[in-house]
Amino acid sequence: MAQLISRLRVWRGAVLLLAGLYFLIPMAASVWFSIDDVNGTIAFDAYTGLISAPGFTDSLVLTLELAVVTVVVLLLLLVPAMIAVRLGSPKLRPLLEVVCTLPLVVPPVALTAGLIGVLRWGPDYLMDTPFFQTFVFVQQPEFPLVLVIAYVLMALPLAYRALDSGLRAVDVRTLVEAARNCGASWPRAVVQVILPNLRGALLNASFLTLALVLGEFTTASILGYQPFAVWIYSVGNSQGQMSVAVSVLSLLITWVLLLLLAAAGRERRHKTATAS
Amino acid sequence: MTTAPTPVPAPAAADLSGGPGAAGTATNSPTLPNSTPPSSTLRSSAPKAAGRRLLRGKSWLATVPLLVFFLIGFGLPAVAIVTGAFTVSSDADTGAGSFTTANVTDSVQGAYWTALVSSVKLSALTALIGTVVGVPIAQAVLTSRFRVLREAVLTASGVLANFGGLPLAFAFVATLGNAGELTKMFHLTDHGWSLYSFTGLTVAYLYFLVPLMVLTITPALEGLRVQWREAAQNNRATSLQYWRHVALPILFPSLLGGFVLLFGSAFAAYATAAAMVGATVPLISRQIADALSGNVLVGQGNLALALSLDMIIVAVLVMAVYLPLQRRSARWLS
Repeated sequence: MAQLISRLRVWRGAVLLLAGLYFLIPMAASVWFSIDDVNGTIAFDAYTGLISAPGFTDSLVLTLELAVVTVVVLLLLLVPAMIAVRLGSPKLRPLLEVVCTLPLVVPPVALTAGLIGVLRWGPDYLMDTPFFQTFVFVQQPEFPLVLVIAYVLMALPLAYRALDSGLRAVDVRTLVEAARNCGASWPRAVVQVILPNLRGALLNASFLTLALVLGEFTTASILGYQPFAVWIYSVGNSQGQMSVAVSVLSLLITWVLLLLLAAAGRERRHKTATAS
Repeated sequence: MTTAPTPVPAPAAADLSGGPGAAGTATNSPTLPNSTPPSSTLRSSAPKAAGRRLLRGKSWLATVPLLVFFLIGFGLPAVAIVTGAFTVSSDADTGAGSFTTANVTDSVQGAYWTALVSSVKLSALTALIGTVVGVPIAQAVLTSRFRVLREAVLTASGVLANFGGLPLAFAFVATLGNAGELTKMFHLTDHGWSLYSFTGLTVAYLYFLVPLMVLTITPALEGLRVQWREAAQNNRATSLQYWRHVALPILFPSLLGGFVLLFGSAFAAYATAAAMVGATVPLISRQIADALSGNVLVGQGNLALALSLDMIIVAVLVMAVYLPLQRRSARWLS
């Protein structure tokens, strides 16, 4: 028995060590690459030079705006629908599930191709109709709403699963009925009783969406906009060191975001893990 | 050796909920109904019925915005892909807008077929390696005595699974590219190493696929009950036999589900390949992007839509394998 246990420990240690090496080496090498100077000294030029690089602020602001709008739109669309399906319209639940799973089978490139196909209808068929203005509005370069549409669709499966596991852990019906019995109105029951119970799931869904939008490259680059990821790509072609520096930064930012999320929704995460 | 005579909750699950503060929330949510005992009888009668009637009437309205958004945002592009794939491009000399199957037949020939096959090969290979490698890691982490390690690995997996795209490409170029740190340190190019190849792409893809597998398979591994293992051991099964005859059959649907998820992620990935290997490894996603950017012959604008249709069909076929199996796993790992 003791022999078995020690053999297990060796096996487990070896697996974890190999995995650790594979996952840590690229990070360490990236950090080293980004601060390694030509003369072999350490310099942080790549990081300090970022802020003054042309296009940095514009693209970053655009990405953050897109991220916030996407998260808000997604939650406003999804949360009421999911709560309503739990409470009053269980028959719509399969439909909702299908709607939230379908985007999985359409890769972002294909979705973009479809969007371009639709946008081409504008000048092709709808030139003289009021719809044409909508097409122009959706594609305005200052704030391309078409990207928000694409991002909401891409984030739909992720957010749905996050919210669904959150809702599973909460007895929505009982909570609402209790609140109603205490005299709360419908909106109040939802906002003050259900939403606080879903805090972890809401944060989780928001974070996943945020991470998706911050890193999204495919749709934006093909449609010809320049949010942060596309900007990094153009920088990467000319200044390798700076692009690696941005990669390191983006990894750090994602990490901090997730740690914050883990701290905020820790209890909830345990509960959903047990429930699922 | 202890065998539990009665079914008890899965130890892993019980262990998980024992964290600091977890018990607090567990009792937190039911406090509201419990604190008003008289209402519990009422709840089941009049107000409930009234509430339901109210809900039945109006609650579906809350799903309308989502469905309308979906119909416009997803339905229109889907229609555009299907109609576009079967009509002549608007930039063609003759017959613009008329029905044709030329786009679809072209999209499964020559360079496009090579790209599709190589995409499928890359996704299947990386998903397979990711599954095979991810399970031992998840198991090693789960059975570890250190809570901190488990938390750290799961959090790290969450970050790394989202670490696809450009940053990943740049990180690997900095590590194993021609001027990368490891390449310089070990003179890997002399040994025939190139990141800008099928192998290089595989190594890079695994960086986000393995964590994705760890995240996906962990709940299933947690669902494996200790009693099953003990029962196997009491019947003198070796560790290998336990895995071969008990654990793997139960895990199989979850494993397949993870594989499908990994396949889908690898298949859809575009940015990593675009930034890392350029055109040296032909991939269907890159071909679509090229066709959309206008790098095709005049009159072939709709080829991109036909290629997208191919891609969706592959994804749907793979998903179709997985969905029926998922039902089976629910029976054991609830």
